[in-house]
Amino acid sequence: MSGPMNIFDISGRAMSAQLSRLNTTASNLANARTTYSSEAEAYRALKPVFKTVVDRPGVATVDVERVIQSDTQPVKRHDPNNPLADEEGFVWDAGVDEAAELIDMLESARQYQNNVQVLQTAKSLIMETVRMGK
Amino acid sequence: MAEDRIFGVHGAALQLRSQRLNMLASNIANAATPNYKARDLDFDRAMQKVQQGNNAQEAMSETAGYRIPVQPSMDGNTVELSTEQNLFAENAIAYSTTLSFLEGRVGSLTRALRGE
Repeated sequence: MSGPMNIFDISGRAMSAQLSRLNTTASNLANARTTYSSEAEAYRALKPVFKTVVDRPGVATVDVERVIQSDTQPVKRHDPNNPLADEEGFVWDAGVDEAAELIDMLESARQYQNNVQVLQTAKSLIMETVRMGK
Repeated sequence: MAEDRIFGVHGAALQLRSQRLNMLASNIANAATPNYKARDLDFDRAMQKVQQGNNAQEAMSETAGYRIPVQPSMDGNTVELSTEQNLFAENAIAYSTTLSFLEGRVGSLTRALRGE
């Protein structure tokens, strides 16, 4: 990136990080309760890994380093009538903890809002500075 | 630099306030990053350094430190949103205050130039 990082870079990149966290939460909730015929192919919750990006001492923003599959185990369930059931009559539900996902969703939405607030405050202060003496 | 003829200490104060705004914004941005350590600068000490003749950038880097959390969290993150948001709001108000001091100076200079 060119030039030193300013407050718009800091909050803007934090907002996109929180947004991709919100996206993974949406995918996880969309795939919750889907069934699979084996444990290996069952969907497991996706989680972003956040990493600090330091520009200079005291000034840092955040990026999504990578997206990993969580280790929430798929739930084995006996349902012989399900067309996806294996020969013993078992199906696997996606490994998604819905309660945890909902809490994650609220937290990332709140943190997104915090960054928006920071941006608004910074914007109005900068505008006041620009208008100084007029 | 320490005592600017026109703006006094307010020019340097505005620079420090703006740097601190960046630091606090970084803390809020990293509120969910594991192992992130919140940073801040000691504004009183930074102002003293400025009055002793250091420039704002030096004063900032010499007085920056890590925040001691009230309640340490398990992921090693030391950002406490309540603290950071409070300080951010306080710093934004202080920035506005400094700005109005500066505006006052600019205003009186403009009046003097116009001969009002």
